[in-house]
Amino acid sequence: MSVDVGIENVSHAYTTGQQSLPVLDKLNLTIPAGQFTAVVGPSGCGKSTLTRLASGLMAPDSGAVTLNEERVTSPRSTVGMAFQNPVLLEWRTIIENVVLPMEIVKHDLTRNQCLKRAAKLLELVGLADFKHKRPSELSGGMRQRASLCRALVHKPDLLILDEPFGALDAFTREDLWQIMRELRGRESFTGLLITHDLRESVFLADQVVVLSGRPATCQYVLDVTLPEDRRIDSLYTPEAVEMLATLREQIEIAQGRKQEVAA
Amino acid sequence: MSERMKGILSPIIAIVLFLLFWEWLVWYNDWPNYKMASPSDLWPAFWKFRDLFAMYAWDTLWRTVVGLALAVVVGVAFGVVMGFSKTMRTALYPLLVGFNAVPKATVVPVVALIFVGQHDFNTVLIAFMISFFPIAVSVSIGLSTLEPEYRDILRALGASKLTVFWKIALPKTLPEFFGALKVASTLAFIGTNLMEIVEPHGRGLGHLFDSGKINADYPLMFAVLIALAVLGILLYYAVVILEKIFAGWAEREPTY
Repeated sequence: MSVDVGIENVSHAYTTGQQSLPVLDKLNLTIPAGQFTAVVGPSGCGKSTLTRLASGLMAPDSGAVTLNEERVTSPRSTVGMAFQNPVLLEWRTIIENVVLPMEIVKHDLTRNQCLKRAAKLLELVGLADFKHKRPSELSGGMRQRASLCRALVHKPDLLILDEPFGALDAFTREDLWQIMRELRGRESFTGLLITHDLRESVFLADQVVVLSGRPATCQYVLDVTLPEDRRIDSLYTPEAVEMLATLREQIEIAQGRKQEVAA
Repeated sequence: MSERMKGILSPIIAIVLFLLFWEWLVWYNDWPNYKMASPSDLWPAFWKFRDLFAMYAWDTLWRTVVGLALAVVVGVAFGVVMGFSKTMRTALYPLLVGFNAVPKATVVPVVALIFVGQHDFNTVLIAFMISFFPIAVSVSIGLSTLEPEYRDILRALGASKLTVFWKIALPKTLPEFFGALKVASTLAFIGTNLMEIVEPHGRGLGHLFDSGKINADYPLMFAVLIALAVLGILLYYAVVILEKIFAGWAEREPTY
């Protein structure tokens, strides 16, 4: 199951003492059910705020976040999240970490069925032999893979990824991109990815949204026209390079380093 | 020699060398018994009072453990309150620091005078008072420094504050808690003995030490010191074993 995600006219500001720092300004964004949207933009433009709003951890000052037309006001158990920091619990083994959401979310599976589901996901991401290891025994990329499994174990209809591959080295990152595409093929969810990496956004997403500098609003939307069965090579085709160049230009505009040319 | 044998033998050799040096020092200076006891005097002193030793060691031990258990309950309660509420932390911290700053040796006679003759109660009270501070501080720091992402992975699923506490905050704080418990167990032991030494007609190893002093029985006093050391070691390693069971995951394989 997957849901339509709507960000409608959302504005949000952080207040510290007397000062108010607006981060989002009348942001509009829709993600059709089952689609994967990447959000890119200059540093500190409010991308992470967007994840907290979409997950219901925070309510926007004005505007609305909707899932299937229904307004989100509090956290929902049908959301999966992964961050740059894999935040695995050191006192649990990998499979116990993956199964954690099943201990929170209401469902009618037995513990054994939950563990089976977790084991299947771990196998998908190539961690079958590591299920009983502790997180400290795994490399950064492996930990992030386990973190993705945890985000998906309860079959969320919305997966929110906040720069999950940001701290990994370039090759590990590309491995994980491919794993992410495979997971997408097997599980059904709507995806929202926050990233700084333009190649990542093009490789993983169906549409890429460029946010303007703070306070952020939707500046540009790019429809990714790569084939469904993408490989890393797909990023080096002329059409991919053209998309990347367009995004690059939009980022520079967002950073205020380049004036928008009248189209 | 295997690593294991080394691990067992080397501390034994160190202890034997230390005892030999002590024996030699007393023999060389020709110190009489009433000035300084030598290790060879200790066993006879211990054997003479063996029944008292057994009885009083038990008193000292249970008083310390009960005081420490109280310190854990109250310390964790304070730690949780201060860890989760910034207001409570700001409000309570100066009070706790001030309370902890008062040297407990000065509190001992006060308590002994307030509750005259309540030996068990007084001793447990001092053991508790002296040892709950590090527990409260470590638990509050452990909880307040919990990274927000750890909370968010559960909160995003709609978990309650209590669930976040049981599943994440509490286990994550255990290594800090046990670090503090090691310090606290030593402190509680000191507290127990302070009280036992001061109280007339009391019980416990501290009291036996005091009667040694009154009768100028140096070998007895030193025998009590050794008994206290043994008891202290037992207490410390009991905490270490608990730590291994409940927070063993925090220990990493050393990387060379």
